Amino acid sequence: MTPVTRPRGERGPLASIGLHAGLLIAVAISLFPVVWLVLTSLKPRDSWLSAELQLFNDSSLDNYARVLTSTQFPQWLLNSVLTAGLTMVLGVFLAATTGYAVSRFRFPGHRSVMWLLLITQMFPVAILIVPLYNLMAGLGLLNQIPGLVIAYMTIAVPFCAWMMKSYFDTVPVEIDQAAMVDGLTPFGTFWRVVLPLARPGIAVTAFYCFMTAWGEVGYATVFMSQEDKRTLGVGLQQFVGQHWSDWGLMTASAVLIAIPAGAVFLLVQRHLITGLTAGATKA
Amino acid sequence: MAVSTGQPPAAGESARGRSRRHDSPGRLRRALSSHWYAWAMIAPVAVVMLVLIGWPLARGVYLSLTDATEANMGRTIGVNVIPSTYEFVGLDNYLQILTSGLFWDKVLWTVTWTVACVGLHYGIGLGLAVMLNRELRLRSLYRVLLILPWAVPAFVAAFIWRYLYNSDYGVINGFLKVAGLSGVGWLDDPVTAKIAVIAVNVWIGVPFMMVAMLGGLQSIPAELYEAAEVDGASSWQRFKAITLPGLRQVSTTVVLLGTIWTFNMFPIIFLVTRGGPGSETEILVTYAFREAFTGIRNYSGSAAWGVIILAMLVVLAVGYRRTLRSQGDPW
Repeated sequence: MTPVTRPRGERGPLASIGLHAGLLIAVAISLFPVVWLVLTSLKPRDSWLSAELQLFNDSSLDNYARVLTSTQFPQWLLNSVLTAGLTMVLGVFLAATTGYAVSRFRFPGHRSVMWLLLITQMFPVAILIVPLYNLMAGLGLLNQIPGLVIAYMTIAVPFCAWMMKSYFDTVPVEIDQAAMVDGLTPFGTFWRVVLPLARPGIAVTAFYCFMTAWGEVGYATVFMSQEDKRTLGVGLQQFVGQHWSDWGLMTASAVLIAIPAGAVFLLVQRHLITGLTAGATKA
Repeated sequence: MAVSTGQPPAAGESARGRSRRHDSPGRLRRALSSHWYAWAMIAPVAVVMLVLIGWPLARGVYLSLTDATEANMGRTIGVNVIPSTYEFVGLDNYLQILTSGLFWDKVLWTVTWTVACVGLHYGIGLGLAVMLNRELRLRSLYRVLLILPWAVPAFVAAFIWRYLYNSDYGVINGFLKVAGLSGVGWLDDPVTAKIAVIAVNVWIGVPFMMVAMLGGLQSIPAELYEAAEVDGASSWQRFKAITLPGLRQVSTTVVLLGTIWTFNMFPIIFLVTRGGPGSETEILVTYAFREAFTGIRNYSGSAAWGVIILAMLVVLAVGYRRTLRSQGDPW
């Protein structure tokens, strides 16, 4: 045996130190912006104007109080929640059956449906936005939440269908077969047997869909120009405009937005991962 | 391809077919009777895609062949209906775009941006995944902390970084000053601004790659490594001969997805640099967006940009698929 081949799972102390050092650096880079954001938001009113590396000298919740009481942040938050929530419900609802059909049945057109789902993910904002804008203007849906939700369907539906497909792929086919032997129709099998089994998958798809709509900026900027109709992504741009900026307001609201999203995300991330990779390895 | 080896519908279907009648009802009829539920299940999405994507797409392509701007577009003001006066101009918009130097500048920068971002995402993601795949103390803690940037909504991340980059009170310049260097106007210079936006996108995108790679690594059977060890392979040889081929399937998918996402990555550039200085950091997508919605809105020009972008991506995806197929991947 040559000295280079060290058995796997064993390594010298130097390698261990190197490994931990590498990971620590990566963690520092991934955490720093978030930590700095939280620290800045806790500073008193105008202290964001200095880059001094001071920690909790004089922390205050002043920024949070201002965001919640003297800006339209609560209204924007409500708009965002409504938009993202509706997008999520509709998207998952429409996409579930397609995901199942693509995952289980080999029918003429199967391949083209999969490719269509993938190709629609390539659509740049620029090509659909003008026709959609004109459509919305014609229907009087500009500055209306349902209008924005309809626009988000173009992003959410193909994506959800793709995600649902990978989840249904992980449900063994034998279960379907058993259900069919017991006399259920294909729809019955889907509705009463497979869908309940895929519940964690649906939850994760729903969450991911929610996050996509929550973070979208392009459509929202154009469709929601009226001040009290804005969503968070649009509204926040106001805090740091060309001529006037208040990073205290900005950081406080960013923390308020990121914390709930991050908490839920960390809860579901394990499922998210299995779903994505299952889809990837089998695609 | 998906599992579905058993083809449950076939079983149920043949039973039903037999009970009905034997004289063969023709191909279309047969296809219809054996696949109607699959098509019925696809129907809702097909309708949505047709109405919400197909129609706007067709209209976008049509607009790109006209000279429509905000000024000559039909609209309704109060009770007055102003009819559209734009005209069909054929391929003029495309010619104009393809012959302008600006377009090729943007293509060059967009390709640079995509290659740099996806390359760094993949490289760093794979590196971290390999590290996390070892026996290690605090492994799950590291993992959660490294995934964190993914949990931050993209627009929030864009704002955070814009604050960090700020030349007067940004913390990055703060560090530089502490180190005795003079501050840099990160977003004021084309070169540093480009580096800055790539860094932001890498920060946001690495967790996804890392997680996908980690999933791939864990699906490689440990026996392969054991066998290689018995044969005396060094760790580099094991990485090259087992790990990389084992990750192939996952890699091909995530690299394609990553390329598409990065190519169309809108919020980062739109919010971090606003395309500036000038329009230096504007990629194709953000440029087309700005074309459509600032100044006199140039609807037709923007639609033409959109069609060109889409065409580039479709060519890329088809080429990618061809290459994979010719190498024996089941795409």
